[in-house]
Amino acid sequence: MFILADFDFNVMRPGFGLLFWGTVTFLLFWWGVGKVGFKPIMNALKEREDDIQGALDEAKKAREEMANLKSEHTALLAQAREERSEIMRSAKEAKENIINEARTKAKEESSRIIASAKEQIENEKMAALIDIKNKSGNMALEIAEKILQKELKGSSDQQTFVQKLVDDIKLN
Amino acid sequence: MRKILISCLFVFGFALFLNAQDHSHDHHNHDHHNHDHHDHNHDHAHKDDHSSHGGCGHHEVDPATWDPAPTAFHHISDANVFSIGPFSIPLPCILYAPDHGLSMFMSSKFDFDWNAHEGTGHKAIDRYVLDLGVVRRIKDNSFPMGEIKIDGITHKKENDVTVGYVCYGGNKYQIEDQSTIDGGVFGGGMTSFYDFSISKNVISMFLMVLFLFWLFRSVANTYKKRRGMAPTGKQSLVEAIFVFIQDEVAKPFLGHKWEKFTPFLMALFFFILALNLFGQIPFLGGSNATGNLALTLVLAVITFFVVNLNGNKHYWQHIFNFPDVPAPVKAILTPIEILGVFIKPLTLMLRLFANITAGHIVIIIFISLIFMFSEFGRNMGIGVGAAAGSVFLTLFMMAIELLVAFIQAFVFTILTASYIGAATEEAHH
Amino acid sequence: MTGSIAAIGMGIAVIGAGIGIGNVGAKAMEAISRQPEAVGDIRSNMILIAGLIEGAAIIAIVLSFLAR
Repeated sequence: MFILADFDFNVMRPGFGLLFWGTVTFLLFWWGVGKVGFKPIMNALKEREDDIQGALDEAKKAREEMANLKSEHTALLAQAREERSEIMRSAKEAKENIINEARTKAKEESSRIIASAKEQIENEKMAALIDIKNKSGNMALEIAEKILQKELKGSSDQQTFVQKLVDDIKLN
Repeated sequence: MRKILISCLFVFGFALFLNAQDHSHDHHNHDHHNHDHHDHNHDHAHKDDHSSHGGCGHHEVDPATWDPAPTAFHHISDANVFSIGPFSIPLPCILYAPDHGLSMFMSSKFDFDWNAHEGTGHKAIDRYVLDLGVVRRIKDNSFPMGEIKIDGITHKKENDVTVGYVCYGGNKYQIEDQSTIDGGVFGGGMTSFYDFSISKNVISMFLMVLFLFWLFRSVANTYKKRRGMAPTGKQSLVEAIFVFIQDEVAKPFLGHKWEKFTPFLMALFFFILALNLFGQIPFLGGSNATGNLALTLVLAVITFFVVNLNGNKHYWQHIFNFPDVPAPVKAILTPIEILGVFIKPLTLMLRLFANITAGHIVIIIFISLIFMFSEFGRNMGIGVGAAAGSVFLTLFMMAIELLVAFIQAFVFTILTASYIGAATEEAHH
Repeated sequence: MTGSIAAIGMGIAVIGAGIGIGNVGAKAMEAISRQPEAVGDIRSNMILIAGLIEGAAIIAIVLSFLAR
């Protein structure tokens, strides 16, 4: 083999110097830089990762809280709106009730008044009728008296007949 | 984009110019030399040569037979000099030979040319020489100890193996590599010395580790200072990669135990990534640490220990005594599983090494195209054309290598995570 | 620089791995287009399996290096 047998291809022949110094240097590097570099950086990175994770979690929580607040807010608003409409509705109802009540009361009153007025009118009418009856009876009696005084001065049958007529009128 | 292209062309043109000069210089004092590779009576013929090289100087490059592979191997190899652009910077050498003891000195003692890239020393110190930036040792113990001026170093191909020789006092002394632990499998083995130098790769490892240490410390401090604030500056960059590894690799594969292993995975990823990227900066050392089997071996062995020392009962049971399987199948399955325990880190080691080394070699070969087409400065017209083509190829390859640097670091980490995950998984049936 | 039979072995190993990784990639793309939200999971598993296939190819290449 031309390559390996060549006097100059010595990179494939591990000499003691490089083995020794390589071992020493690498172990020192591993230990030393591990101590001052890798581990602190690892810890710092982990710390920062935790920080970031914590911040993210916090932000998420805050967002959730915000969302909660918002939904609470809207719920409250909706409730208030509902309450308002409820109040308005009940107010309307009350108003209507009052109006209706007033109306019925007024109707009742008026009908009562009308009724009493009618009664009174009836009464008055009756009174008037009685009065008229009495007056007309009296008038008729007077007339009849006059007639009778004139015509029936001695005739008894005439007198019974008149009496009979007077009875008939009384029935009416 | 145009600026980059123009500057690339300029740099390659400059390199070409230097190369042409270098070789015309070679040509000048080479009239009496033949090629080492072709003339085996070379040292006899030139024993009394008037040149000071004594048969060890530069040799003329023959465009027809020139092989870019050794150049590539030289560039990806570990070295005891750190070359920035055309300049070489000495590095400390720590060498141990059982027959001589410990030697510690700067590689500048080898007296290499500071303004030449190759780093070939002009002196031998206690039988050590600097051959193309790499410390090697003279086998023959009759060679005098101490600081000795040598005439040069030459290489010869013998039975398909390139062997180096030091020329001194009219004689040639064979040199050998440092001891390697591959046991001859890849052409290495135990030799007379061990090289514990702070080499080019070790220096780049130190630089990268210091850089990463600074980076992560300052980022960690920023996290402390700016707690609860958005990331800025380099913090953002590091965090993006860090979080990617943590969330895409550690957490899915390791379950709830991810925190225990994340530092290890991060260390692997950033160590490999930094060295991959550092190795790709042109003209800056050309360090190839993750493309060196030694370093990937270290990483693989550490991974092996991390995986197997954390293996739980469930893991070992699946290796040695697979549940609900008849005995004959078990007899086949168990060796395979045991083999798998070792093959997993082995492939990790080889994958990283092969990817990074292959990328570097391809880039060097693409650049070598310029010199092959221009016949080493003899044909400038074709050379300029080849340079223009080579720039595009090299830029393309570098972009791919940049991608590979990330992918291989990621693959190493994700596979390690999956092995650890398999070893620590709780029984769920 | 003469070739060797091991180079052919290397080539065959790479063909196999290429087909395998190509299939993995194609199926992963299909899966991503079908379920774009699972892109992370699919990507890491794709790389994992491509890595395992590549591991087999690397072992074959290294063995072809050794069997000279």
